[in-house]
Amino acid sequence: MSRETSLVTADWVAENLNNPKVVIVEVDEDATLYDQGHIENSIRFHWRDDLQDGLIRDLISKEKFEALLSKSGISNDTTVILYGGNNNWFATYALWYFKVYGHADVRLLDGGRKRWELDARPFVTEVPTQKIAKYVAKERDNSIRAYRDEVIAAIGTGNIVDVRSPAEFSGELAAPAHLPQEGGQVKGHIPTAKNIPWSKAANEDGTFKSEAELKEIYVGAGVDLSKDTIAYCRIGERSAFSWFVLHELLGIENVKNYDGSWTEYGSLVGVPVAVGA
Amino acid sequence: MKTCGATPGGPSLDGIDLTKQTVIQGVILKDGDAQSTDGVPNGTPVANGHVRLLDASGEFTAEVPTSAEGQFRFFAAPGTWTIVVQAPGARTERTIQAKQGVPDDIFISI
Repeated sequence: MSRETSLVTADWVAENLNNPKVVIVEVDEDATLYDQGHIENSIRFHWRDDLQDGLIRDLISKEKFEALLSKSGISNDTTVILYGGNNNWFATYALWYFKVYGHADVRLLDGGRKRWELDARPFVTEVPTQKIAKYVAKERDNSIRAYRDEVIAAIGTGNIVDVRSPAEFSGELAAPAHLPQEGGQVKGHIPTAKNIPWSKAANEDGTFKSEAELKEIYVGAGVDLSKDTIAYCRIGERSAFSWFVLHELLGIENVKNYDGSWTEYGSLVGVPVAVGA
Repeated sequence: MKTCGATPGGPSLDGIDLTKQTVIQGVILKDGDAQSTDGVPNGTPVANGHVRLLDASGEFTAEVPTSAEGQFRFFAAPGTWTIVVQAPGARTERTIQAKQGVPDDIFISI
C-alpha cells in the first residue's frame, strides 16, 4: 500500500473517464450533491441507503455488498475510484468498506469534489447507463475494523486516536459544527486517546500532505507506531480518513477503524469517559 | 441578486431551536457593488464555494459547500471562530464572535 496504489490525481481521473476498467463512484454526506452535478460517467453510492444495513447498526451483509457492486457494473478486477465532498470523508469510509470486503484495487481521488471544483473542472448531471457485472466479495476483514470491547481493552495500552475536532474531543461540541449538535449520550472522549484531528493530514484544498509530513503528525503527537492503533470519530467516517492515511498511505498494518465511534462509545453504560483538552 | 431585508445572508432559520444552537450562517457573493447606495449587499451567489470553520486556535472544525444560493450554515458553540471561504480563484477569511441564541448571519463578498 502506498500513494501510488491508493490515490489518483484529478488529471488521472480526467484521462480515464471512459476507461472500461474503471468505475468512478461518488459518495457524499449530502447525497443531493450528485444530482447537482458530478464527474462524467460517475455513479453514486448513498452512505445510508446503500451502505447501512437499515435494521441493525452494521455494514451491509456480504450478499448485499455483492448485489450493490454487481448492479453498479463493478467486477472483482475493476479499478474503483471513489470521491466525494467534505474532503472525501464519506468516500474514504466507502474505501475502507471496499477493503473490509476485500476489493483489490480501490483508490481515492486526491482532494475529492472540492479539488475538482476549485480547479473549475466540469460536472455533468447525466447519469450513466448502469452496466451489470458479477461481483464476489470476500469474508469481512476484521483486521481493519475495531469493535467496542477491543477499544475498551486498548485504553492505556494501545494507541487510541480521536480524529474529531478539538471542540468535540474536549466535550464542548457533540458533533461536527455543520450538523445539529447530536451524538452520543454524553460528550467527551475515550480516556488516553490522543486528539489528532483528521484535518491535520489534509491540505486546505483537501489533498493529502506528503508521507513525511503525515508520519510526523502521528509520531510527533506521541503515537507509537509499533503498537496497535485504533482510530475513531463520531460515526466512523472521519476515522476512516485517518485510517486511510495510516494504513494505506503510510502502509502501517496494525491500524483499525472503530466505526461504532463516539455515537456508540458515548452511549455505553459504565465505560470511562474523559473531558477537557 | 439583491438580498432583501435587514438581515442578509443565510438559509431560513425555521425549525431550528435557537435557544440550544449557536448558529453561524451567511451567503457568499461575488461581482457585487461594494458601494451599494442603500447599504444592502448585492452580487451573484457563489454556488461552487467551500466554507470552513476554524476554532480559536485555528484548528479545522467543519466545512460545507455553498448551496445553489451561495449559502452556508454551521452549528457552533459560543466563542471566537474564523470562517475561511474558498472558491475557484478566491480565498478570504472572517473572524466571528458567536453567541448562543443570537444567530450570526453574515455576507461575504469575494
